[in-house]
Amino acid sequence: MMLMREKKVKMLAETRGDKIFDIFINVIMGFILLIYIYPLIFIISASVSDPNTVLRGEMWLFPKGFTLMGYKHILQYKEIWTGYLNTIKIVLLGVPIAMSLTISAGYVLSRKEFKLRNLYMGIFVFTMFFNGGLIPTYLVIKQLNMLDTIWALILPNAITMYYVIIVRTYYNTNIPEELHEAGVIDGCSDIRFLTSVALPLAKPITAVMALFYMVDRWNMYFRPLIYLSDRKLYPLQLILREIVASSNMTPEMLEGFEPSEYAIMVQISNLMKYGVLIVASLPVLLIYPFVQKYFVQGIMIGALKG
Amino acid sequence: MNVRKTEQKTSAYSKVLSKGKKSYIGEVGRNIIEHWQLYLLITPTLIFFIVFNYLPMYGVQLAFKEFIHIKGIMGSPWVGLRNFERFFSGYNAWALIKNTLGISFYQILAGFPIPIIFALMLNEVLNKHYKKLVQLVSYAPHFISIVVVVGMLDIFFSQSNGFVNIILTKVFGLEKGIPFLVSNSWFKTMYVFSGVWQNAGYSAIIYIAALSGVDPQLVDSAIVDGASKIRRIWHIQIPTILPTAVILLILESGNIMKVGFEKVLLMQNPLNMQSSDIISTYVYRMGLLGSDFSFATAVDLFNSVVSCILLVFVNNFAKRVSSNSLW
Repeated sequence: MMLMREKKVKMLAETRGDKIFDIFINVIMGFILLIYIYPLIFIISASVSDPNTVLRGEMWLFPKGFTLMGYKHILQYKEIWTGYLNTIKIVLLGVPIAMSLTISAGYVLSRKEFKLRNLYMGIFVFTMFFNGGLIPTYLVIKQLNMLDTIWALILPNAITMYYVIIVRTYYNTNIPEELHEAGVIDGCSDIRFLTSVALPLAKPITAVMALFYMVDRWNMYFRPLIYLSDRKLYPLQLILREIVASSNMTPEMLEGFEPSEYAIMVQISNLMKYGVLIVASLPVLLIYPFVQKYFVQGIMIGALKG
Repeated sequence: MNVRKTEQKTSAYSKVLSKGKKSYIGEVGRNIIEHWQLYLLITPTLIFFIVFNYLPMYGVQLAFKEFIHIKGIMGSPWVGLRNFERFFSGYNAWALIKNTLGISFYQILAGFPIPIIFALMLNEVLNKHYKKLVQLVSYAPHFISIVVVVGMLDIFFSQSNGFVNIILTKVFGLEKGIPFLVSNSWFKTMYVFSGVWQNAGYSAIIYIAALSGVDPQLVDSAIVDGASKIRRIWHIQIPTILPTAVILLILESGNIMKVGFEKVLLMQNPLNMQSSDIISTYVYRMGLLGSDFSFATAVDLFNSVVSCILLVFVNNFAKRVSSNSLW
């Protein structure tokens, strides 16, 4: 019955104007797909093409004059790999700290038994509207002797208040009060309730938050720029910026070249720019399709409050 | 009659008494003892906010001082509003404010309607797989780092050999490439539309979700009444997402003093400085690069006070027109 009705309605729906409209929509969507996918294909192709063909605009879709020289030089460029390692360190150390703070704060703020809830919430939320600013924050980090340490990239930004609010909202709406009452009757302590009941029930939001924090840390640029001067500690994004923005070459790029091969060096540095963009985004782009639905969930939970 | 009055009196009296007994501090004390674990759990977060957010606020006094390194924040002498006077009498104060606001308004103008239009169109795509594919692809750039996005801009819009300029000169016969990245007139457009490219898909998620809440019976009856697709969008879909859109617009306008600072910094170069220099990049340059700490703090303070007032104002407004607000 239902299907019949739907069919009938659909038939009624298909006027000529609507058909044109459908075609129009599909064409526009195709165009949108193109402006998202094309740059990616172009950069991948350019990273394995003869740099001269790219410069002259002859390479426009598939690689021309296939070469792996760019990637060979990226492999030899040590700072990219120390940068990678530093970024991984920041993620591995920073995300657990951020997660434990965010989850415990979100959980406590969601509990009605917590008498100072509004006071704490006020203290925390105020920081979303007003902060000391760049210089005073810098001076505090300096006073704490965190300049030029990995901690300056992990601790001052350990909590994003917006995520705490998301976690709190999730706990408020998804952990029924009855469950907690039952826990109390069974003599379940507050911490035990979090670890044994609330946390397992909040697996989706926990995953979402971890992903958000991971991406934030992976992409961090300004913080290391101002707090680090020791190149050994530079995360990937800083190194990436240097390579992409440099019109001249850094000493490391020149490794293994005779001075007479200068023209080739310029080409190589151009080639490396494409490759390094791919190499730096690869981890995020590889996991992205599998976690996409969680990201979407996250923004929806946030929007409930937002 | 009399007895009743005294009774009332005594009950009121005992009420006051019991209130005194259960004083607020006493109540909190009991709450701490009973739920000490909750307080334990939230203490690290409290310490975090005190150290990294409230301690710097103490340093804001620098804005009214002349910072002398060896004397520290406390020992440096007060200079009143001199730092602010210096900023506003400087040659570029109004240019900085104008750039900051200009980028923000441009951003709202383009960044606000495009996700809505995108969501409305995507909602009309009949093929589910096609729809999913567009969604997957268009959300992705949101997670790419700004450094990579700016790097891509450099590659595609370079004047001499960027892809866009090659097309413009070879296919459309332009004599010379357009200096997209190194001119004052193009900076804001490049900034805003690369942002739209990166975030429009992701911003559309909330509208797409709102659209999925449209009552299908309403749509069916509109179809029976002979409404075309465009009329249906106009009379059903748009009114559905309008409340969400209004709230987001209001909240967005509270952020006009906060421009994505990292990206401006990355796109800035001597040739587009006139239109790309905003308050926050100026603070960075004067303060951290130029070591003029108190002056930079003053400029920064001006910016955050204005933006804080705006946010509070806008939030209260949002609260009044709907039940939605940030707090």
